[in-house]
Amino acid sequence: MTTTDLGMPVKYYQVGSWAVGNRLLDPERRSGQSRLDRSNALTSGHRACRGCGEALGARYVLDAAMRATGGRMVTVNATGCLEVFSTPYPETSWRVPWLHSLFGNAPAVASGVAAGLRALGRDDVRVVAQGGDGGTVDIGMGALSGMFERDDDVLYVCYDNGGYMNTGVQRSGATPPAARTATTQVVGPEPGNVFGQGKDMARIAIAHDVRYVATASIADLRDLEEKVTRAMSFHGARYLHVLVPCPLGWGTESAATVRTARLAVESGFFPVIEAVEGEVTSVRRIRRRVPVEDYLVDQGRFAHLFKPVRRQEVIDHLQAIADRNIARYGLVEPVAALPSSAPPAPTAPPAPPVRPEVP
Amino acid sequence: MLQQVEGSKAVAAAVAACRPQVVCAYPISPQTHIVEQISRLVKSGQLHCEYLNVDCETSALSGLIGASAVGARTYTATSSQGLLHMAEAVFNVAGLGLPVVMTVANRALGAPINIWNDHSDSMSQRDSGWVQLHASSNQAAADLHVLAFRLAETVSLPVMVCMDGFVLTHATERVDVPDAAAVDAYLPPFAPHERLDPDDPVSLGAMVGPEAFTEVRYVAHRRHQRVPEVLPALSDELAHVLGRPAPGLLEPYRLEDADTVVVALGSVVGTLQDVVDAARAAGHRVGVLGLALYRPFPADAVRGALAGASRVVVVERAFQTGVGGIVTDDVRRSLAPAVPALHTVVAGLGGRPVTRASLQAVVERAADLPDLTFLDLDDALLAREGALAAVERIGVPAEVAP
Repeated sequence: MTTTDLGMPVKYYQVGSWAVGNRLLDPERRSGQSRLDRSNALTSGHRACRGCGEALGARYVLDAAMRATGGRMVTVNATGCLEVFSTPYPETSWRVPWLHSLFGNAPAVASGVAAGLRALGRDDVRVVAQGGDGGTVDIGMGALSGMFERDDDVLYVCYDNGGYMNTGVQRSGATPPAARTATTQVVGPEPGNVFGQGKDMARIAIAHDVRYVATASIADLRDLEEKVTRAMSFHGARYLHVLVPCPLGWGTESAATVRTARLAVESGFFPVIEAVEGEVTSVRRIRRRVPVEDYLVDQGRFAHLFKPVRRQEVIDHLQAIADRNIARYGLVEPVAALPSSAPPAPTAPPAPPVRPEVP
Repeated sequence: MLQQVEGSKAVAAAVAACRPQVVCAYPISPQTHIVEQISRLVKSGQLHCEYLNVDCETSALSGLIGASAVGARTYTATSSQGLLHMAEAVFNVAGLGLPVVMTVANRALGAPINIWNDHSDSMSQRDSGWVQLHASSNQAAADLHVLAFRLAETVSLPVMVCMDGFVLTHATERVDVPDAAAVDAYLPPFAPHERLDPDDPVSLGAMVGPEAFTEVRYVAHRRHQRVPEVLPALSDELAHVLGRPAPGLLEPYRLEDADTVVVALGSVVGTLQDVVDAARAAGHRVGVLGLALYRPFPADAVRGALAGASRVVVVERAFQTGVGGIVTDDVRRSLAPAVPALHTVVAGLGGRPVTRASLQAVVERAADLPDLTFLDLDDALLAREGALAAVERIGVPAEVAP
């Protein structure tokens, strides 16, 4: 974590509000995006949906990587929304060397890029691979595991929007339990996605003892930039998992993308952590804990949990996942019970919000 | 240098002489001896290249996609199921126009699982957009790899060098392995047409919709059509630096005044040459046409070579189930409309030996052949299998049966 000259940790927010206080920081610690000379790895004109979390995440990730490498980098992209919306022939939004091959092979292509650069004596050029959660945790996982195991000099970034959004919002191994997708529809006695163990790719990466693993969200772009910078300070296999809400797939307002990501983090449903060589080294503590319900309630993919009847047992089950994350990583200190956790009856008026309104 | 050497080691040495910069390896029989030997050359410092042991065949070829895209010379080898595993990447390499060279040690496809030689693996990828070369001997296999790198980098296309699994890969015979000095004189360092470079960023592998996809494929077709045009000159040049003949488009043998010509790919060409010698001695006017280039199909050259033949027999080590010969269709198309009597002989599937005795009967009694023959079909085995098939259900409990 960044500290002041006196060693005090710098908190990137103003007390009492959710606003990120760029102007409170020394110039060198401000977000790269506030600088006139910022890089622009993913430039304007692409075809992403309004409010796309992945476009935002990818731009911050690659810009931060470009700063960290002085622009000496090559990007490999898995098939998916990010690839489709950025390169409709004959245009491209990329201002970095960029290669797309297939859906499931981006980690292996990136390994090959790194090997090729090494063979050509161009070790100064670094490699960043990126894909969505389907390309990463499902179809590309074997190749990713191979890249980890060989410790190839690649940062692989997964933009997790919890499903196959490019093909029309189907379930992936990273889709949360109970969520509605086109292949886990809201019908039958147990509507939405099944409760399984899912694929927690960050923990799977940590189990490979790779150099650096981190999770982040687009709700905290400075944290995201900082993690990319740190990732690029290591050589060898690295993994970054970024939560990127998808207004189309999640059934949220375009303007609610950042807020939705923040609620995922503040509820503990998406833990923000860092691990070096197999050990968790830091966690992003929850500032103001909210119940998982606050995260779920405005998402169309979870609407069936609230109407026509409230499905309290499912909400509790999802809350238990967040509670387990909080306990596992110590995301709340001191560990405190949630305010207002008593389940209201299905006919009761909605519980009052436990967090202040977000400006 | 002339040496007694296993086919796989001869190929490994020829590949090493081409100075690949990235090699990806994943084991599958019968190609493993090639990547084992290359790993030994790398580990012992005789070959300076990045050698990646990867997690599957798709990753093997995908790694080469990345390496080739930054401008490295790349190589891998596979067989059979491995080629199918990487099939998605096989088409992708061709679409990207990356000059990857890959050995396919030809082996049957399952089920039933079978590790022995036929051509069903590479034939399954014949429309993938790769150039396909076929070796008739281990000498040809070694030479074709040198030719493959030069050809691939000349036309910006990937090249598959097919050699019969076990029959060639595991056979020890005399091979004059091209030495590094000769190869250096023949094969300049790889100078990519375009590459990923931070100093001049490009996007490779972009999405192309209906407005331009046909044109992309048309351009690829035109590029393929250049291959039979440039290959003879590249072959002549290779022969010059080696000081001996080198393989090219075709391998014609005793075609002069032949009224019956047998067309084949791979190691069976050598057997057929012996058979033709015997048949000629017995007064039959027969010859052999081996195809070194199979994709793109050298139609003009084949038409010229078969101009005098009144009967053509195509010996194939793969076939289109329910249809018949694969190479036969290519031959028919290249001869149309003046197609002579044309017969398909499917031989040597799943490693069954294609014997001189069986081929002798084919060559000498070609006029009696039906359109499609399965060589050495075992009628007793078929009768046994027929009897089993006649039993209504096997291994299904009675209560499950309707």
